[in-house]
Amino acid sequence: MAWANKVLRVNLNEGTCSSEPLNMEWAKEYIGQRGLATRYLVEEVDPTCDPLGSDNKLIFATGPLTGTMASTGGRYSVITKGPLTGAIACSNSGGYLGAELKLAGWDMVIFEGKSAEPVYLYVVNESAELLSASAIWGKSVWETDEILHKTHQDTRLRIAACGRSAEAGCLYAGIVNDLHRAAGRSGVGTVMASKNLKAIAVIGTQGVGNIKDPARFMQTTAEQKKVLVDHPVTGTGLPTLGTQVLMNVINETGALPTRNMRDVQFEGANNISGEQMLEPRERDGKPNLTTNAACFACTIACGRISTIDQGHFTVENKPQYWGNSGGLEYEAAWALGADTGVDDLDALTYANFVCNEDGFDPISFGSTLAAAMELYDIGAITKEDTGGMELKFGSAEALAWSAEKVATGEGFGADLGLGSKRLCEKYGHPDLSMTVKGQEFPAYDPRAIQGMGLTYATSNRGACHLRSYTVSSEILGIPEKTDPLVTEGKAGLVKAFQDVTAAWDSTGLCLFTSFAWSLENVAPQLDAACEGEWTADRLMETGERIWNLEREFNNRAGLTSADDTLPKRLLEEAAKTGPAEGKVCGLDEMLPEYYEMRGWTKDGQVTDETRSRLALPG
Amino acid sequence: MLKSLHIDPGKCTGCLQCEMACSFENEGVFNPAKSRIKVFTFHHEGRFTPYTCTQCAEAWCLQACPVDAIVNNVVTGSKDVLADRCVGCKVCTVACPFGTINYDQDSGKVIKCDLCGGDPACAKACPTEAITYINADQTGLERMRAWAAKTDNAPQATA
Repeated sequence: MAWANKVLRVNLNEGTCSSEPLNMEWAKEYIGQRGLATRYLVEEVDPTCDPLGSDNKLIFATGPLTGTMASTGGRYSVITKGPLTGAIACSNSGGYLGAELKLAGWDMVIFEGKSAEPVYLYVVNESAELLSASAIWGKSVWETDEILHKTHQDTRLRIAACGRSAEAGCLYAGIVNDLHRAAGRSGVGTVMASKNLKAIAVIGTQGVGNIKDPARFMQTTAEQKKVLVDHPVTGTGLPTLGTQVLMNVINETGALPTRNMRDVQFEGANNISGEQMLEPRERDGKPNLTTNAACFACTIACGRISTIDQGHFTVENKPQYWGNSGGLEYEAAWALGADTGVDDLDALTYANFVCNEDGFDPISFGSTLAAAMELYDIGAITKEDTGGMELKFGSAEALAWSAEKVATGEGFGADLGLGSKRLCEKYGHPDLSMTVKGQEFPAYDPRAIQGMGLTYATSNRGACHLRSYTVSSEILGIPEKTDPLVTEGKAGLVKAFQDVTAAWDSTGLCLFTSFAWSLENVAPQLDAACEGEWTADRLMETGERIWNLEREFNNRAGLTSADDTLPKRLLEEAAKTGPAEGKVCGLDEMLPEYYEMRGWTKDGQVTDETRSRLALPG
Repeated sequence: MLKSLHIDPGKCTGCLQCEMACSFENEGVFNPAKSRIKVFTFHHEGRFTPYTCTQCAEAWCLQACPVDAIVNNVVTGSKDVLADRCVGCKVCTVACPFGTINYDQDSGKVIKCDLCGGDPACAKACPTEAITYINADQTGLERMRAWAAKTDNAPQATA
């Protein structure tokens, strides 16, 4: 089985918690986590609803392998309609919270309605109740964590919370669990705060016991663990340098978006790289990185635990930031650094801490700030707008100041909290927003990695690298090398990556295992744990089903093929340097072929034939 | 040859696979709450530390037990709880200076590490060799080597 077969439904209007059986027919078709929660969302939420209204629902979902011995089996996802995009939002997180929820006996928690007063959900195994959040509303994620641990006098408590940014209406606020792991993107934290739901706090001591074939499961998970340990990326690269192993690599390939994507290479890249995080600092002789850290059940341990130089201007009078906390991942380092032109590693780490502390997405924040800096550069935003701060590219002061403002939503922080699209519209230059469907780009320039252009344009949750990470093939050569500069063959590559990823994200496993594993490595683990027969082919088909169902939600929400596009800059302004010099992203060469391979109309609508082939709900 | 669990906290990443392997071996479920080995996180310092029974040669838990429910396993050196004899009085939990023997409400008995009868599941599950099962006489050897490497062998300057 592996599923707990139990859904916790929390009605925030009524203040009630109730238990219901998991829909096992759907579980067979959508597995769990991302897929299964999407099926519930499509069934229960009107796609045209106001994302921040009481009709939207917020689903925390684990996968069947969450809470088990399968390497990285600790993931959960938050699924809802996103306020940043108006599309389906699905943000995935690690840490320990997801596993704790499963160990407490729940596959999923569905929040519906809106509470009249701020509340938090307190779960101890089968017991669940809503408690007053009056002591934690208005507090940061870190303060909330501390207060709830003190309130309940139990160190085992695992907590996920939204921060002050979410309460202030920042449209890219996330949900942070275990202090620095986050369901970060698309504003899932904003939805949480809109429901007057501050946190969920969980203790699970029941365990996961209903494995189909325990002996086979232990054997196959041990074998697959060894594959991760022996692989150069998951066994060496990621544990040593984290995802930051990419900073110098991507810069060299001319795919490092710089200064709001004006440039594709950053002269300060090495100063903010994973390698630099290991170098002793001048002032205190300590490196930025203290140690690497794992999420629940993870064999890779790519997590960064870092400190900031206590003498650095960002923290010199703030001892609360002197300890260790979650350090820079590649996407965050890029957004806070290269995209803003800032190469001060301590300033980036500080901004990252603040993002975790008050729960907002560093990718969207950094990218929005980069747009604001360009608007400032051309005079569209002035010192009068910011209240005196000079938003210059490369200014570490402006970065730290902006993070603090977004954390509370004060002053210009409210503008920055709108996200790049709305900010650029407000100041009269919509073309300067580097977004798709209203969501900011991550750290790969599609002029130099063509597949990522199609990836961004067609991602169901707006611009995102985690929906089809073709970087793996186009740059790293996993599972096989393709040329990043050509568009030919990318439609099929993107579709395959999208389908594989959708299945992966529904199991409870971390996508980073896919550097070493294929679905052929995932299937035997799922098959030993779960009812029924699970093969790589079935997973692939399931992934395609999930992808199409997400697309259906978006189409019904009013998105069209016109939303499957890229900012003009990437389609018309050629890369200035590097291997892609002179190139733009050839999206129009890939998109029609992609629609055709998907079995969609030329307008990007799912056809009846495709719907029937994949057994999608009508 | 007697073997011991050897723990190197510097290598621990906090993944809890040891806790899951332990609970699965002993209880048949993946449940860190039932694990005999625990990983503690010291967030501020950025440290993870696995901790479990060290199987004292002169075990205070064993000495304290009024019903002789804790016995010395002569093969592995572990101090094992005989569940059918344990009455759940918890005196051993008071006697143990390290807190590594604990009462389990569900069974009404105490639980502690028994080295899985000589093939500890936690050590097998650990992906980073933070937990190993090695010759009991040499648990300090690697640490000695590390300190030896730091020793300055240069002749002392004399005034």
